[in-house]
Amino acid sequence: MLEEAKRAIPLSTNHAIAYAVKDLDVDVISAYPITPQTTVVEKISEFIAKGELDAEYIHVESEHSALSAAISASLTGARAFTATASQGFALMHEMLHIASGLRAPLVMSVAMRSLSAPISIWNDQSDLFNARDAGWIIIFAHTAQEAYDTIIQSYKIAEDHNVLLPVMVGYDGYVMSHTIEPVIIEDKEKVMKFAPKVQYPFKLDPDKPVSIGSITPPEYYYEFKYQQVQAINGSLPTIEKVDEDFGKTFGRNYGLMECYMCEDADSLIMANASYASTLKAFLPEIRKQGLNVGLLRLRVYRPFPLQKFVEYTSDKKNLLVIDRAISYGAPYQGPLANEISGAMVKEGLKLNLISVVAGIGQRTVEFEDFLALARLAHEGRRHEETIFYGVRE
Amino acid sequence: MSQNKVLRIKSLYDIPREELFISGHGLCPGCTAGTIMRMLTKVTGKDTIIVNATGCVEVSTTRYPYSNWLVPWLHSAFENSGASASGIAAAIKAMKRKGLMDKNKDVKVVVVAGDGGTVDIGLQSLSGMLERRDPVMYVLYDNEAYMNTGIQRSGSTPHGAWTTTTPAGKVWRGEWRDKKDIAGIAAAHHIPYVATANPAYPMDMINKFARGLEVLNEGPSFIQVLMACTTGWRFDPALGITISRLATETGIFPIYEIDHGNFRVTFPVMKRKPVKEYLKLQGRFAHLTDEEINEIQKLVDQKVEMINKMAGKTVIGPVA
Ligand SMILES: Cc1ncc(C[n+]2csc(CCOP(=O)(O)OP(=O)(O)O)c2C)c(N)n1
Ligand code: SF4
Ligand SMILES: [Mg+2]
Repeated sequence: MLEEAKRAIPLSTNHAIAYAVKDLDVDVISAYPITPQTTVVEKISEFIAKGELDAEYIHVESEHSALSAAISASLTGARAFTATASQGFALMHEMLHIASGLRAPLVMSVAMRSLSAPISIWNDQSDLFNARDAGWIIIFAHTAQEAYDTIIQSYKIAEDHNVLLPVMVGYDGYVMSHTIEPVIIEDKEKVMKFAPKVQYPFKLDPDKPVSIGSITPPEYYYEFKYQQVQAINGSLPTIEKVDEDFGKTFGRNYGLMECYMCEDADSLIMANASYASTLKAFLPEIRKQGLNVGLLRLRVYRPFPLQKFVEYTSDKKNLLVIDRAISYGAPYQGPLANEISGAMVKEGLKLNLISVVAGIGQRTVEFEDFLALARLAHEGRRHEETIFYGVRE
Repeated sequence: MSQNKVLRIKSLYDIPREELFISGHGLCPGCTAGTIMRMLTKVTGKDTIIVNATGCVEVSTTRYPYSNWLVPWLHSAFENSGASASGIAAAIKAMKRKGLMDKNKDVKVVVVAGDGGTVDIGLQSLSGMLERRDPVMYVLYDNEAYMNTGIQRSGSTPHGAWTTTTPAGKVWRGEWRDKKDIAGIAAAHHIPYVATANPAYPMDMINKFARGLEVLNEGPSFIQVLMACTTGWRFDPALGITISRLATETGIFPIYEIDHGNFRVTFPVMKRKPVKEYLKLQGRFAHLTDEEINEIQKLVDQKVEMINKMAGKTVIGPVA
């Protein structure tokens, strides 16, 4: 079906994302350095410097400005991109809501990292999970290849006139951002054919003047917000279709949510990004130890693919949810576990939910640890409280 | 960019008739912001994109589902107008180069922002835009406080002024620090054109807008326009322009331009009026004693001396 097998080249996830930006012929990039994101925009700068990408690069003085400029560029009709992590992502917070509220179809990559204080440059997912209610489509990648592919899919999703929402692609800082994997880079023409630029319908154009970002009184504001609800919920079939079409064109697709070695499993571990790929590698060994456990990989997070979740979990006994962020003082202290318990009530699922927080500030979780977590899931005891795995009390 | 058709106004009759900032807005009666926006859009013409920071002009001119702007207009936040304008300018540049937009269409990007959104919270984003030399004309309408949120002091509030966060009492006597020199800060970025303007001198203001647009092929321009605020400065709504004129006649707000580094006071005042004439018309200064007014007079005298030094000759004379 594919004309010729393409050869993979060794790339970090950060560089894979930069290649996607180049192959998508992005028009405007505005970004600010922060570890572990920076090599994305360094690589993009290099592409522009060498004439391999024709784009305007705005050397902004902060992440707040980075996202502000990306928003206005996309509302002017350009294809815009930015990237960030951690403190920079937190500094953007105001603009995250403005990007989705103004329906700016831009794409941002997030090399997920912990938040200060105390300052830690290492990985966890506190940054992204803090922004889960900002109205963006959120997709997690678990390999460098998936990151490349998902950035391409993201523009097609964002620019779809039935969607018109910003998309963020999250992946783990360091563990993915700086780890080299084989990545197939597609032909630019083919990428552009798959994700051609779509004109923004209400752009800032003197021939058709519009006012964007008006003050909106109580009689109208609620409806604007409700339109966002409809847009993000309604985007799920588009996200699914784009992924399927991507598979038909390039031979790789990922689904909304992935269940791995799960058909015959009694218990599932829910994980995303690098933990999902690590678990994929460890599961055969875990199975050998007699633990009948599978992986439920969270890929599309917003909108949450609830039907897929039900489909994959309805016949399971135990679901262990790994959070790499903390929801301080919440019923479950893992933000994802909290949501899953809500989903279970909503869908009448009788799973035994085990909430685990792990990997905070990149506390290493090794094979033995995943084995221990698999054992917890397999045993199926009830744990009322969130387990802070690996912490020294 | 020789296709720039630059307007030059010699008399009121030369001002274009076309209205691009239309009536029906919710600015306070007597607010001088409306006058400034109307004149500004007459100079920019229709091929313009306005970026408006959060503030009085933004909330009063675009109450959904209405708008007073017949040119494309974007408000995204309070502190990011510089960056937002840069994003638009970059998009236009990239799209023209890549054939996604008509190459011959000259679309100007103009920021309209208040003093708070410019000299305080938006200073970083403004500085970034100026330093990158992005083709943006930045118009600051300076009403010397955060008016939209109810008259709180900003870095642009003048010495002695009452505001709701610098009230006058036994201990505090209104704002006790000096107004930030934002035009000086903009000029320190060595951009092609910096000016201060005053709607009481409309021809001068309009020509400064025109010059600010003309230089955009070289880099950004920054124009600080004094904007008398009837509600926050507490004066009779009929007196907006009178008070504005007095600001220049007293030397409190000299109007000048710095065109490629060349400093020129565009309205020399040989016989200066005492500051008291300006202060006494405004409730925000009503608490000041004669002694305190003398202090302000001294501060203004010092500022005038500095302006004369920059001009290399006396362009603003002593108090007559
Ligand atoms: C980040 C942020 N902080 C505070 C505010 C609240 N706020 C809105 S307008 C405004 C004052 C605007 O002052 P200025 O820029 O001088 O414009 P004016 O209202 O005087 O026209 C403030 C403080 C805001 N919108 N955003
Ligand atoms: S408060 Fe001042 S600046 Fe705001 S609309 Fe009223 S007069 Fe104009
Ligand atoms: Mg103000």
